[in-house]
Amino acid sequence: MFELLGIPPQALFGQLLLGLINGSFYALLSLGLAIIFGLLNIINFTHGAQYMMGAFVAWMLLDYLGINYWVALVLAPVVVGITGVIIERLLISRLYHLDHLYGLLLTFGLALIIQGLFRNQYGISGLPYQIPPLLSGGQNLGFMFLPNYRGWVVVASLVVCLATWFVIEKTRLGAYLRAATENPVLVGAFGINVPRLITVTYGFGVGLAAFAGVLAAPIYSVNPNMGADLIIVVFAVVVIGGMGSILGSIVTGFGLGIVEGLTRVFYPEGSAVVIFVIMAIVLLVKPAGLFGRAA
Amino acid sequence: MRLGKFVLAAMATALLSGTALAETNVKIGVLNDRSGVYADLSGEGSVVAARMAVEDFDAEAKGINVEIVSADHQNKPDVASTIARQWYDQDGVDMIVDVPTSSAALAVSDITREKNKVFVNSGAATSDLTGSKCSPNTVHWTYDTYALAHGTGGAMVEAGGKTWFFLTADYAFGHALERDTTAVVEAAGGEVLGSVRHPFPGTDFSSFLLQAQASGSDVIGLANAGGDTINSIKQASEFGITQAGQSLAGLLVFLTDVHALGLQTAQGLVLTESFYWDLNDETRAWSERFAEAHDGDMPTMVQAGVYAGVLHYLKAVEAAGGTDAEQVVAKMKEMPTDDPLFGQGSIREDGRKLHDMYLFRVKTPEQSEGPWDYYELVATIPPEKAWRPLEEGGCEFVK
Repeated sequence: MFELLGIPPQALFGQLLLGLINGSFYALLSLGLAIIFGLLNIINFTHGAQYMMGAFVAWMLLDYLGINYWVALVLAPVVVGITGVIIERLLISRLYHLDHLYGLLLTFGLALIIQGLFRNQYGISGLPYQIPPLLSGGQNLGFMFLPNYRGWVVVASLVVCLATWFVIEKTRLGAYLRAATENPVLVGAFGINVPRLITVTYGFGVGLAAFAGVLAAPIYSVNPNMGADLIIVVFAVVVIGGMGSILGSIVTGFGLGIVEGLTRVFYPEGSAVVIFVIMAIVLLVKPAGLFGRAA
Repeated sequence: MRLGKFVLAAMATALLSGTALAETNVKIGVLNDRSGVYADLSGEGSVVAARMAVEDFDAEAKGINVEIVSADHQNKPDVASTIARQWYDQDGVDMIVDVPTSSAALAVSDITREKNKVFVNSGAATSDLTGSKCSPNTVHWTYDTYALAHGTGGAMVEAGGKTWFFLTADYAFGHALERDTTAVVEAAGGEVLGSVRHPFPGTDFSSFLLQAQASGSDVIGLANAGGDTINSIKQASEFGITQAGQSLAGLLVFLTDVHALGLQTAQGLVLTESFYWDLNDETRAWSERFAEAHDGDMPTMVQAGVYAGVLHYLKAVEAAGGTDAEQVVAKMKEMPTDDPLFGQGSIREDGRKLHDMYLFRVKTPEQSEGPWDYYELVATIPPEKAWRPLEEGGCEFVK
């Protein structure tokens, strides 16, 4: 059998696919962040906690109410999205006229509080959440065993990402959104309720995080820190993709998942830092990010 | 100085004769992870256990005032060092207990020696604490990588697992556990095919697991702990690795990990612990008291070790008539240990606490009779087999 870069091609394909799966989570999360940043100019540090809340709401629905995964996939993002709307109306909306830093501090503080509350209630080790019976088992692809559920994660994430991109770039609602990003005063003058648009957008971005959380619940441990571990990486993804760029966040999300996956084969010790190294290089060469426009 | 010792001796005599004439003040610092991956297996539960020890020792009636303080070291050696220094230098702490995360424990052990205080470790695993990095001020209570390697590793090799591949957490603990298990596997005629070191803490282990799968080894040894082990086991089952015939050796699995995994995923796992709540009447009675004080959660072996360690420390303080580190540690090593959780045992010259270890198998969901009913006992490993022989440790102050 021939070898590619010192490892058998089968193993390489397997790792590429795994990278794509992890990239699905990066893409979903960075997409939500990019949308929120694009319209609200808020760096939403609560995003990781909201991802975690999505997973916990799915768990609660199942454990307390017996509601299954498929319903949770729709219901949990709605529930968490509503909490996002409340947070935006009560707190974040008061900070729009201030510097970025205030929004960052507020959302970071909120994340710590939310994580602390969940930790007090549920402990840190996490809670079990089974893979839905329809998606258990897997396919033998020849070069690797692909669990059905992971395949589903890639498909679901791609569909949601592309749908979101379509809505923002190709529909009238999306046009309003983009216009409001450019010039909120002018758009308001045309009779569009910009503050409501902003609130709904924040709720939607949060809903995306929660959706990723529900997707993650059966494969990662559902614990209060699950978002905190991930969110720093996702921020790096957003920076590499270009702050606020929708397509950029999707493409870099999947791309960096693959890069990280490959690092795990060639130099596993470095897999935790590789994304940050790339971020540093990108910032040096193209400070606005790969898909960003220079300010 | 002489006079001081005389007074102490007089006090000890007074205490031993049952009349509480003088008062001794003892300050105990419970230092562990209160917010990260090891918070459930140590955390607040360890503080609860330490309080129970003070209560059961009946310190007040014996004229010993015990104060307990606690802090979060976030599993970071630098944070642990800073807190330990402040506790010893400014807050008058006499003894630090628990300290999971081997790298943090080694740091605290060094500082304790420098400040000449007492360190009773329960949470950390590295056998270096009583080996190459031993300290006359440190007692290592609950378990160590050597005992884990011999318990779980030995059992897996015996069951036919000749070739191994390790998934290792990339820090002191993971390295020590991999090293000690490798020794066991090779001594039994087995072979280690390779290992991969993953960042700590990690979330996705599928990539590493696939490398382990590609190695074709009989056994995949998980030299990690807490959330990392939980995710590794979950994902190994998801990727059909266990179903395809490779077995997983969870080299360090705690009761709280099994609780988080659920029996559906964890069933059949073989693991080594030094304590389980359902061992006998005494452990059951104590654990129920513990659960009452700790939101209904059953204790882990780490929390049990904190209880037993604090209890024995207080007995030594009583016997030594004060908190002088040298005298107290000497007493701790001289007196046999006796508590409801670990039974009778002793502390060896190098600081290693000796007691039985147990090999458990995780029950199937059908076998379990309710919450926290998770383990069935496979074998009891006697102290002479469980712990590394004194002369093999390479502890410098042991002749």
